Amino acid sequence: MASRGIKDRVAIIGMGCTKFGEHWDKGPDDLLVDAAYQAYESAGLEPKDVDAYWLGTMASGISGLTLSEPLKIQYKPVTRVENMCATGSEALRQACYAVASGAFDVAMAIGVEKLKDSGYSGLVSNVPPNDGTHGTMTAPASFSLLAPAYFKKYGLDADKGKEVLSRIAWKNHKNGAKNPKAQFQKEVSMETIRNSPKIADPLGIMDCSGVSDGSAAAIVVRAEDAHKYCKNPIYIKALSFIAGPAEGPLSQDYDFTTFREVVATAKDAYAQAGITNPREQISMAEVHDCFTPTELVLYEDLGFSPRGTAWQDVMEGFFDLEGKLPVNPDGGLKSFGHPIGASGLRMMYEMWLQMRGEAGLRQLNNPKVGLTHNLGGAPGRCVSFVSVVGSELG
Amino acid sequence: MTGIVSYGTYIPYRRLKRSAIAQVLGTPAGKGERAIASFDEDSVSMAVEAARDALKAAPSGTVEALFFATSTPPYAEKLNAALIGAATQLPGEIRASDSTGSVRAGISALLQGADAISGGAKRVLVTMGDCRLAAPEGKAEQTTGDGAAAFVLGSDHLLAEIVASTSLTREFLDSWRAPGERFSHSWEERFALTQAYSPLLGTVIKNLLEKAKVAPGDIAKIILDAPNPRAADEISRALKLDPAKFADSFALTVGQTGAAHPGLMLASVLPLAKAGDLILVATVADGADAIMLRVTPAAASFKPVHSVGRMIESKGDVTYANYLKWREILPTEPPRRPDPDRPAGPPMMRSEKWKFGFIGSRCVSCGTPQLPPQLVCVKCQSRKMEPYAFADRTGKIATYAIDRLAYSLNPPTVNVVIDFEGGGRFLCEMTDCEPEKVAIGDQVEMTFRRLFTADGVNNYFWKARPTR
Repeated sequence: MASRGIKDRVAIIGMGCTKFGEHWDKGPDDLLVDAAYQAYESAGLEPKDVDAYWLGTMASGISGLTLSEPLKIQYKPVTRVENMCATGSEALRQACYAVASGAFDVAMAIGVEKLKDSGYSGLVSNVPPNDGTHGTMTAPASFSLLAPAYFKKYGLDADKGKEVLSRIAWKNHKNGAKNPKAQFQKEVSMETIRNSPKIADPLGIMDCSGVSDGSAAAIVVRAEDAHKYCKNPIYIKALSFIAGPAEGPLSQDYDFTTFREVVATAKDAYAQAGITNPREQISMAEVHDCFTPTELVLYEDLGFSPRGTAWQDVMEGFFDLEGKLPVNPDGGLKSFGHPIGASGLRMMYEMWLQMRGEAGLRQLNNPKVGLTHNLGGAPGRCVSFVSVVGSELG
Repeated sequence: MTGIVSYGTYIPYRRLKRSAIAQVLGTPAGKGERAIASFDEDSVSMAVEAARDALKAAPSGTVEALFFATSTPPYAEKLNAALIGAATQLPGEIRASDSTGSVRAGISALLQGADAISGGAKRVLVTMGDCRLAAPEGKAEQTTGDGAAAFVLGSDHLLAEIVASTSLTREFLDSWRAPGERFSHSWEERFALTQAYSPLLGTVIKNLLEKAKVAPGDIAKIILDAPNPRAADEISRALKLDPAKFADSFALTVGQTGAAHPGLMLASVLPLAKAGDLILVATVADGADAIMLRVTPAAASFKPVHSVGRMIESKGDVTYANYLKWREILPTEPPRRPDPDRPAGPPMMRSEKWKFGFIGSRCVSCGTPQLPPQLVCVKCQSRKMEPYAFADRTGKIATYAIDRLAYSLNPPTVNVVIDFEGGGRFLCEMTDCEPEKVAIGDQVEMTFRRLFTADGVNNYFWKARPTR
């Protein structure tokens, strides 16, 4: 029994991504059709060429009909998947395994979320009938649990801690300012971030990702077929997904300065991809910066920074666009907002653009190995996804 | 012999200064302050807190009946006492009833409990809680307070023996509230004082003294609970009772706590009483009840879990504006968040011990306590689990979050991760705290609260609070 992975067996040959933002004039159908057709065109395929679909959405529809109906898919398998905030990545993982298995030649992974129709602030989740003992913590509050724990463990006073978190948001907005598909395409000053209204102390509104609508899609084939469709495909090196036992809220030995699920997915993904020193070997990463402390902790969980030192790397610009390991070069959830089903595929879209030299103003210098990371749930009780992709086989 | 074997009291943490009411309304400022049930408390939750203390301090013996007294039952239909029984994890094989309809309900329940002991019950729990709503600018807004008291009764291990009791019942229009009304009405003061309180109390006490064969001078302490404090002066004059023997009614610190008040006063007097002391308790509303108690030598060594004095000293202010919001007297713009869903009947039935009793589980194989109760051990994945009670355990804050986005009548919502002494961790809301003072390492204890009400269902569960 082992997690063997599918290194170099699957390639992405086309992708699409809508602009993320407040699409008052578009519903989930509009967004899905837009992203799907962008992907078809990118791969030079017709809808009839795709054999099977995996649709990721948390709450913008149920069943494969959410996709097959607007796209008028002609009697083909469409599987709707949901894995909280990692839903988009999960759709991709399933599509990749489907072509790797030989069951299908061409598969599409597509994700969508229409958040701006609810009328509520922040995310809202549908909870099954229950005994009323489950907390009503909002997402920013759940992730803010990391901040006091991390600050205390590594000796950051409240002021320093706030500066580090603000620097992460500042960096992501700086990157997002260079991205025409981002929800927010403006740099934001450290001062504005630091002084933004409190949502879940010490997090201000500028420590939180936005609320937006969007969709993104990828078409995958077996790697040996990739060049039939595409001159410069990108190759799947690793796909790892883990749902944890949710021991954080139960076990005193969990200290809220790590996501054990992320550590486990990173370990699994690095083993699949043959990565031994992620800090050196990975050229760029898109990580799940739902809130600034999440990104801080992820640097350590993904092995980019030794324990307790990520905050120093942040302050030294290690993860900046010009840094040694650019993280969230596209602007991240911070600039894109987080339409749940779409985010994981939006991260992959940045890998696609960067590796093909199509990232415009934020183009990195020939990145070879990229990582995407998606997380759903809360510290101590979550699902995690890590992928490693490369521009070359081997 | 029937009497009290244990007691507990509860005064909510929040206080409203009477001057703070005056400041907002421009009315004359009253002296002192009154106790305010927090936005997540009601008569049931407070009665649970008092009952927990009383049960914790009680000598062994199975409780066979439970009486809950209040003039403000959270449910008009549905046994409120059943909730209290579940929260205190009393056995299912008990008689239980709500005693309500008047502030006299507290002493009525105590007497019903005493009758049950005389009828052969080993132990009886009587718990009284009240959270009376009063209209702004009214006198009751100033004079009432919120609180609870509980007594375990029995026929052995007595702290105080019930020597005799007398009752009177009269139809009399003094204070009333129709179903659906939020505030009580009352007739003019002089009418009630001269035609009801004074004559009824006078008669019921005179009858009691005769029945118990006690002379006024033999009484050590007098607990007189009347809606109008002037009734005490009149009774003292009329029956030649020494004014110095009247117990503090906590008018300046707590306010009149409705059905719980005579109980609260009695609980404040018992720790100071000497063996053989006679204590007179009398209350009036739609009639009157009076009880004569004789203190036993055991009373001196009884230590309440929280003394009334400690409960009075442990406090924090609430602004008048927040008080009005908590009671939904002042409607506010709802948050742009969905309303909470009502809890569902079948899941609540399945998790009764957890939800109401805060009983988790402990792994039989590795000994790790965990909550909520688990089917598979989080540590060793064993499936052998046993029940493990957490309600009376203290814990320390491992980390916390201050949620300004969540739905609450009292934002921000403070959430804490608690590490319990002896093992076990839980993430829950913290109440009765000042958000800016919360820190990792602070000690907390658990308290039974009403989280919210949805579709008429009161969602009770447990929260943490700073240790009181």
